[in-house]
Amino acid sequence: MKYIEEFRNPEKQRKIVELIIESAKFINFKITLMEVCGTHTITIGKYGIRKLMPKNIHLVSGPGCPVCVTPVDYIDIAIELSKRNDVIVTTFGDLMRVPGSFSTLEKEKANGGKIVVLYSPFDALNIAKKYPDKNIIFLSVGFETTTPSIAQTIKFAKRERIKNFYILVGNKLIPPILEFLLKKKEININGFICPGHVSVIIGTEAYKFIPEKYKIPCVISGFEPLDILYSIYLLLKCIIENKIVVINEYKRAVKDKGNTKAKEMIYEIFDVCDSEWRGIGIVPKSGLKLKEEFLDFDVLKKFKVEVKRKIKNNKCLCGEILKGTKLPFDCPLFGKKCTPENPVGPCMVSSEGTCSAYFKYERK
Amino acid sequence: MCLAIPMKVESVKGDFAVVSIGKIKKNVNISLLKNVKKGEYLIVHAGFAIEKLDEKEAKKTLEFLKEII
Ligand code: SF4
Repeated sequence: MKYIEEFRNPEKQRKIVELIIESAKFINFKITLMEVCGTHTITIGKYGIRKLMPKNIHLVSGPGCPVCVTPVDYIDIAIELSKRNDVIVTTFGDLMRVPGSFSTLEKEKANGGKIVVLYSPFDALNIAKKYPDKNIIFLSVGFETTTPSIAQTIKFAKRERIKNFYILVGNKLIPPILEFLLKKKEININGFICPGHVSVIIGTEAYKFIPEKYKIPCVISGFEPLDILYSIYLLLKCIIENKIVVINEYKRAVKDKGNTKAKEMIYEIFDVCDSEWRGIGIVPKSGLKLKEEFLDFDVLKKFKVEVKRKIKNNKCLCGEILKGTKLPFDCPLFGKKCTPENPVGPCMVSSEGTCSAYFKYERK
Repeated sequence: MCLAIPMKVESVKGDFAVVSIGKIKKNVNISLLKNVKKGEYLIVHAGFAIEKLDEKEAKKTLEFLKEII
């Protein structure tokens, strides 16, 4: 078992699609299913799954691309910091091209900004040891999947007394944004395809409130095409049989309680706080901040950074697209002024952004 | 950004393990897991292993699939 090829079998894919088409005949209304996670959006695009769906089944993408929801201010602050002589900014590559008010980290790097792309937050500590006279700042973004690794890195930095390492906190949580969207009734969703790797950490239990309070079924899905197709089938089955529950399709990786060690690690270092989601606004209790005893790692405690926010954003519809209320095709800039080479909004930047995935895989 | 890849454990040393997929080898942090052993498959994300893959459950999922199609 290598856990990849087994879940890509084309013959089996074809058969589940047939099953989905048969099941959809039992439903006489339009069904909208939301894939919350950007990595799912990629699988759906790459394997042409959206186009294989019967007429009454619509797949829409949700807010699950951390890069896309990182606010303009965050990027502006990171850029300001990278201009200081005593600083090296370290970041995941995904953030490099996200537009701030006036620039991107990529452009600043080309102009001499001290910005280094990392694969792991842990690598920032090696840079900190190598350059003891510089302040090493890690741009800490990501959902529950990524945050335990960052928390572990901070814990290690504290233990090793690494004094020149800081983070710019922008971490966010998935269940609160789903609840926010559901409460606002802005979205009309009949089922959620829940993010597999966020769920690895938080477990199936974290979604219980969705069927209980909002009467919507959820399937936690793996990332291979068979996983996604099977999850869609399971959601249709829930709807037809009126069984509104959370189902775990990704059992090979996700437990009911998740990875408790990793989950505890998050809350050893961080507290929950309100947080701004780009294009959506402030969402209660959807973000993280450093706990008091770890505030020494907060770069905004170390340096005072002021940024002027650009007042009006262009015609970008990312906010609506992240909520699943609009499609990239609805945006007048899509594929014209806004392309992956020249992104106007954040959803076109990350390969997992909805606009970027649609540009690559789903253009009509 | 939540991309994570199944990789096989080649060797374990303290908080770190060498894992592989095809010809690629990587040294990853395993401190978020308990009792990692050689030969197991881990889900690797941003230099950290975030969970072990459960072979029994993977087979069960494939069995369920076989039953319905
Ligand atoms: S196509 Fe570009 S401008 Fe339009 S919503 Fe998507 S990212 Fe924003």
